[in-house]
Amino acid sequence: MNSNNPILLVEDDQVDAMTVERAFRDLEINNELIHAVNGLDALDHLRDGSKEPSLILLDINMPRMNGIEFLRELKSNDRFKRIPVVVLTTSNDQKDKFETYDLGISGYMLKPIDYQAFVSLMREINNYWTLSEAPN
Amino acid sequence: MRKTDIILLVEDDEVDILSAHRAFKELDIPNPLVVMKNGEEALKMLRNKDAQLPALIILDLNMPKVNGLEFLKTYKRDARLRWIPSVVLTTSANLNDITKAFDHQVAGYIVKPLDFHEFKVAIQKIFDYWRLCELPEIP
Repeated sequence: MNSNNPILLVEDDQVDAMTVERAFRDLEINNELIHAVNGLDALDHLRDGSKEPSLILLDINMPRMNGIEFLRELKSNDRFKRIPVVVLTTSNDQKDKFETYDLGISGYMLKPIDYQAFVSLMREINNYWTLSEAPN
Repeated sequence: MRKTDIILLVEDDEVDILSAHRAFKELDIPNPLVVMKNGEEALKMLRNKDAQLPALIILDLNMPKVNGLEFLKTYKRDARLRWIPSVVLTTSANLNDITKAFDHQVAGYIVKPLDFHEFKVAIQKIFDYWRLCELPEIP
């Protein structure tokens, strides 16, 4: 990753969150991984956190505040709108893809079921966001 | 991104255009690379309703007529176009440029390596990432 700032994972599924943590360990990505369980929880973390995350990994289907609602809040906030967001979801829905890109996401990945494929995906995300400059 | 999706390169420098074509060829990137030489030309192409829209834009910042940031600002206000992700690829590592580009919702900001081998590595990483990305069906 391009900065030492934390990465914010917004994911309601405990197993999926553990898979991301495990992939970070296996790929030796040393950034702190903050886990929020829905959009509201993520906004709380952003408002309270001392360090702004360098990247947000965002699920779409979540209770209380889903990924699209969260994106609307994030992208209309002058303090947070520059933080890049990568959607990580099982939703292959055209509408979800269009709406999230329309709101300014920086990538949309389908969660692979196979762990090795998941690690490969996280490797590419890490490579790309190591190459790219950070917004802050 | 599908193999047939167009990648639009907005770049005025002839040498950089040649390097991009060469990198695409040597890396066997199947996607067609369309080049527009400044923001004005690129906007014209995007607004032509008969032309296929690109799935990804690779954008230089310092260009004559309409520069990269002006181009971004304009097309990101257009409801038909603003979903298209842009990756900045520029020699400018200016913090103000980086901040402004992310203000306009770029999906990455890459400082162009001067050495061709490193440039190729950068193109490979950009392609590997976007190859894995789902994109909406292009209208």
